[in-house]
Amino acid sequence: MAAQEVQPSETIAKLKSESEALKTKLEEERAKLHDVELHQVAEKVDPLGQFVMKTRRTLKGHGNKVLCMDWCKDKRRIVSSSQDGKVIVWDAFTTNKEHAVTMPCTWVMACAYAPSGCAVACGGLDNKCSVYPLSLDKNENLAAKKKSVAMHTNYLSACSFTNSDMQILTSSGDGTCALWDVESGQLLQSFHGHAADVLCLDLAPSETGNTFVSGGCDKKANVWDMRSGQCIQSFETHESDINSVRYYPSGDAFASGSDDATCRLYDLRADREVAIYSKESIIFGASSVDFSLSGRLLFGGYNDYTINVWDVLKGTRVSILFGHENRVSTLRVSPDGTAFCSGSWDHTLRVWA
Amino acid sequence: SKIRGDTVHEQSSVEAMVLEMQDSKSGVKSSEQKLNITSIPHVVTGQDILAWIANHMKVDAQEAQTIGTMLVAYGFIYPLQDHKKLILKPDVSLYRFQTPYFWPVQKWKADNTDYAIYLAKRNIRKKGTLDVYEQEYYKNLHKWLNHKWDFIVMQAKEQYRAGKERNKADRVVFDCQERAYWIVHRPPPRTHSAMDYGVDRLIDPNAEENKTFDYYRRIIIFTQQAIMRSKVKSTVSLGAILKHMTTYKDHDPFLAPCLPSNPWQTDDSSYWDLNMRNVEIPTKMRVERWSFSFFELLNDPRGRTDFKVFLKKEFSGENLAFWEAAEEMKWGTASSISEKAQTIFKTFLAPGAPRWINIDGRTMGLTVKGLEHPHRYVLDAAQTHIFMLMKKDTFYRYLKSPVYKDIQKKALSPAPHNFTPSQLEQNAQNRKPGINPIIIWQQEEEERAKAAAAAGPIDIKKLMASKLDRK
Repeated sequence: MAAQEVQPSETIAKLKSESEALKTKLEEERAKLHDVELHQVAEKVDPLGQFVMKTRRTLKGHGNKVLCMDWCKDKRRIVSSSQDGKVIVWDAFTTNKEHAVTMPCTWVMACAYAPSGCAVACGGLDNKCSVYPLSLDKNENLAAKKKSVAMHTNYLSACSFTNSDMQILTSSGDGTCALWDVESGQLLQSFHGHAADVLCLDLAPSETGNTFVSGGCDKKANVWDMRSGQCIQSFETHESDINSVRYYPSGDAFASGSDDATCRLYDLRADREVAIYSKESIIFGASSVDFSLSGRLLFGGYNDYTINVWDVLKGTRVSILFGHENRVSTLRVSPDGTAFCSGSWDHTLRVWA
Repeated sequence: SKIRGDTVHEQSSVEAMVLEMQDSKSGVKSSEQKLNITSIPHVVTGQDILAWIANHMKVDAQEAQTIGTMLVAYGFIYPLQDHKKLILKPDVSLYRFQTPYFWPVQKWKADNTDYAIYLAKRNIRKKGTLDVYEQEYYKNLHKWLNHKWDFIVMQAKEQYRAGKERNKADRVVFDCQERAYWIVHRPPPRTHSAMDYGVDRLIDPNAEENKTFDYYRRIIIFTQQAIMRSKVKSTVSLGAILKHMTTYKDHDPFLAPCLPSNPWQTDDSSYWDLNMRNVEIPTKMRVERWSFSFFELLNDPRGRTDFKVFLKKEFSGENLAFWEAAEEMKWGTASSISEKAQTIFKTFLAPGAPRWINIDGRTMGLTVKGLEHPHRYVLDAAQTHIFMLMKKDTFYRYLKSPVYKDIQKKALSPAPHNFTPSQLEQNAQNRKPGINPIIIWQQEEEERAKAAAAAGPIDIKKLMASKLDRK
């Protein structure tokens, strides 16, 4: 294409006003469809009863801050990772430690259980995501079979297997997400669009297609098409880093938790934010969020050491849980919804039900 | 961020609150207190701080405690006694407000050089006052900052000299403030500080992105696509969200009791035993869930098995078999794609194929052409077509079929457990270990291989070989 002859600043100014006009148009289009608020829809629904949620298990064994955890599909095993480089696989029900791996780096910020239950993936300051096949032999040295899969140019912040053990999706401090083939370590697709570190990701429940959502330090939550690598939707309503994103169980929406002390709900089909979960007395950031099985409850782990439980529909807080002695860094509901697990900088994990 | 101790956003509201707490009229009641032999001004008690927070933020005692502890953990308030524990005690324990100079600030990290100067200064003042963990730090800092150690010692001596010139009360106060700052930023072992440092961000999110042509062009393209993309009215989308919640309400263990009992609450794992992946007789709740959507039915291995029983009776198993093969290819290893594509073509798509699937001519044409250079998503169009066919037709016929009605009848309805406290104690002592998922996986792999062999005339040897490769 021939070089432009016009003054560069004129053309940039024109492009800028064109992009602004389009943004306004998009808002108008969204507003046309904005015919009801979530709390209006919530009016016809019965309020929730009282909850009795307690710590049912406390898992002690990490020597430093717990940074991440994930459930196994068997609904009782979990994998957790910590600042001192240790990755532990537990049977949370019996509290037995089944495997322990020491990573060659500290700050293992991401870990995930494979769908088959036969492997775990983890990574952090080593900028990589590695897969460790698990063994029935407790004495086997898992590090011997370790497989390096993902390579980023900065820390690994999150990882997740897709529908099989064969592919891993990663997000990184280098501002990108990527999809990898586990067997060969090949990069299958990369996702560019965040303007700063990407801190979290979540895969859409299968039927809704091959998409995933990511959240970053640029305050944006982006929805991506895994096939093409394109960002197909973007939401920028948070006022600070987005630490956690999680799909609503039907895949039609997702929630986010941020350093701005709020959690929010985004309606994907109407393409807008529909709820903000916040309170004046909650002034410290939310680090991780997850839905209960039906999607009615949103559990949020916060930097002020507490867990707040929100009524997703009515926007109210239905419970606040105390127990951790330092910030809650990770939180996930179990695959059958019978409990959720929280990990904390106080070195422990707790299972609540 | 999830790794640094930043108070990036909360800063201004916390600072505003802390200033309000120090207001002479409406703030927390303060007084002068004797610490050893020195009088320290503006001292407050833990219980007064908590009362103020509870009143001001309109929260109960426990929440006030949480907020108060945060103020200490971040270093806005510091304890005068038991100074290594960064919590707010709800009693007459004494606290002071930290001077703004020592507040946590986003852009200025607590520097190692400053810490070295601080430790050196304390060493000068009185040898042997450093704690063991401080000595460790000091040793390491001496190593890392060896090149500027002369500067550090000079600064320490200068600060020590300047300190001696202050009056005693001021010096004691400053020492407390400085000590509190470093407890927060270089916490002793077993002290939980909110300012624990971790990883630095690579990209400064506050830096202005270079607003070039490309930047605006990208925004324009993206926004145009966003405008074009179909959206639905909120009544429709929020209605769907509500419908999901309502449908699953009784299946959510946090909203309705799971039967016979929640294993985490009673330490009895019967619920999991009754709901194992391929149990012979499923529970009524599980069977009901299959009717919620085709996706639920397929996602549950037991449901998928039952669906296959129905398909066998209808002699229409090829649709599901094709869908499963396509899933395997899509989520499988990159190296197995072309092999699987060939097998799928021979089995389901080729003219006269043994399990030929009935898709429209156009989709068939595109798919076959795509298979000449197979890639992971080459079967997407065909797979979607078959999935929608099953979802809109076969699924509903299944739900009305004798197969489904039969399993509904047979399904179990476990009675709720009613454990006595002593039984619960027993349960807690006897928690059963579950079967290792690796074993279950191995068993299922064997069954998959058997089913594939029984399914029809395809190249069994090749199929087994590709399965073994994955293992």
